[in-house]
Amino acid sequence: MIEQHPCNGPEATFEAGRMLAEILRAGDVIGLMGDLGAGKTLLTQGIAAGLGVPESVRVTSPTFSLINEYAGGRLPMVHVDLYRIEAEAELEHIGLEEMLDNAGVSSVEWCERFPVLPDDHLIVRIEIAGETQRTLSATGNGPRSTEVAAKWAALLGATLR
Amino acid sequence: MLVLGLESSCDETAAAIVEDGHRVLSDIIASQVDVHARYGGVVPELASRAHVANVVPVIEQALNDAGVTLDDIDGIAVTQGPGLIGALLVALQTAKAIGYARNIPVVGVHHLEGHLSAIRLEDDYPPYPHIALVVSGGHTSLMRVDGPGALVELGATRDDAAGEAFDKVAKLLGLGYPGGAVVDKLAQTGDPTAYSLPRPMTKPETKLEFSFSGLKTAVLNLVRQQGLPEGQALADLCASFQATVVEVLVRKTRKAAKQEGLKHVQVCGGVAANSGIRAGLREAGEKDGFRVYVPPPIRCTDNAAMIAAAGTYQLERGERAGMDLNANSGLPLPSETSA
Repeated sequence: MIEQHPCNGPEATFEAGRMLAEILRAGDVIGLMGDLGAGKTLLTQGIAAGLGVPESVRVTSPTFSLINEYAGGRLPMVHVDLYRIEAEAELEHIGLEEMLDNAGVSSVEWCERFPVLPDDHLIVRIEIAGETQRTLSATGNGPRSTEVAAKWAALLGATLR
Repeated sequence: MLVLGLESSCDETAAAIVEDGHRVLSDIIASQVDVHARYGGVVPELASRAHVANVVPVIEQALNDAGVTLDDIDGIAVTQGPGLIGALLVALQTAKAIGYARNIPVVGVHHLEGHLSAIRLEDDYPPYPHIALVVSGGHTSLMRVDGPGALVELGATRDDAAGEAFDKVAKLLGLGYPGGAVVDKLAQTGDPTAYSLPRPMTKPETKLEFSFSGLKTAVLNLVRQQGLPEGQALADLCASFQATVVEVLVRKTRKAAKQEGLKHVQVCGGVAANSGIRAGLREAGEKDGFRVYVPPPIRCTDNAAMIAAAGTYQLERGERAGMDLNANSGLPLPSETSA
């Protein structure tokens, strides 16, 4: 578990994502919470970089495309955004469940909008603390994600509880 | 040549009949709220992204409105990617099934090639090669269009698309989501110099790349520090934000036209309807000597007429997809070498 780890500037948020990627393995699902502009996509860009997705590949916001897929890294990655989804039925139409089942690593922005995450998932909450300051909290929900949270905390040098 | 176009890459299920890659006989988009009024009330209320339920009704409506049957169709053009795999597959499998059953040739079209072909449905369209600025909720990129099926990306956004920035800033300003058009409207009565916002990616080393996420955060910080602006201050902030986005888009488009030595520029995508962008580019075109072409708003958002237009050129070149044609969520841009 990570509580209120400070990220001073966008580079720190990106770096936190890059560190998280080192721990991830196929099947890991990360739910991202935070207001508009908190840095959910930025953290995911860090994860992509940490997985080794080539720099030439632009990891962009999935708000409109809903799901972006990235290959070329240590594991395949899907980046999902539920912001524009209005009804749970739409998730079936876009085939989200199959994507999360088949994916290597999944990062889901606005995951609190619909219950799409598997039982064992990591919740990462980014809060806006100042102009460029953010605080990052992470909680495991199951044995695997709890292990991920602990390892990530160690890498970040954050308070372990 | 009569071509049936099909599109289901993301939000819209759409079908259209286009003659000779230029004349639109019908153009049906399932989510269009006025679909009943415009097309005589055959299509029932259809849910967003319910492509499986929508695809046959939109095709029937497209044939009906065009006054043709499948016997008259010479080819089927379908979006192959990029997009959501589950969504893409609906139109693609339907196209293959119709093609197989009726012995009609099928081609797979790149979604962006479709957007760039929308202008070919107008009487006035740019010659090749030309520069294209694609600005929508999901895309912001500059391309050199050497010809049908020959696209070269010159630059693109590294984070948020311009249209997304408009919609999210609207949300931050309490104007609802998506509210890009509301920002545009309020901007008309505001002072674009009232607020100084960062102009992202304007240093020379950024080349033709874009970034709009930082601009969104700058508006967020303003609201956090000064509270939600109201009245004239709100209009001023909208105007300042819009002017900043327009300046960046215009600056990079001018740079692209100059760099490639081209005198014709098309703008497409949903944000091409923004008044500031149209005015800014027209003004820049007058200064630099390039002509600006913009498709009508209905052809700027996802539609199947543009897919039919793009597919017509592929069919005319003799392209034929086999039964193994598959949807590709990450389909690369068609370039001269792969065509």
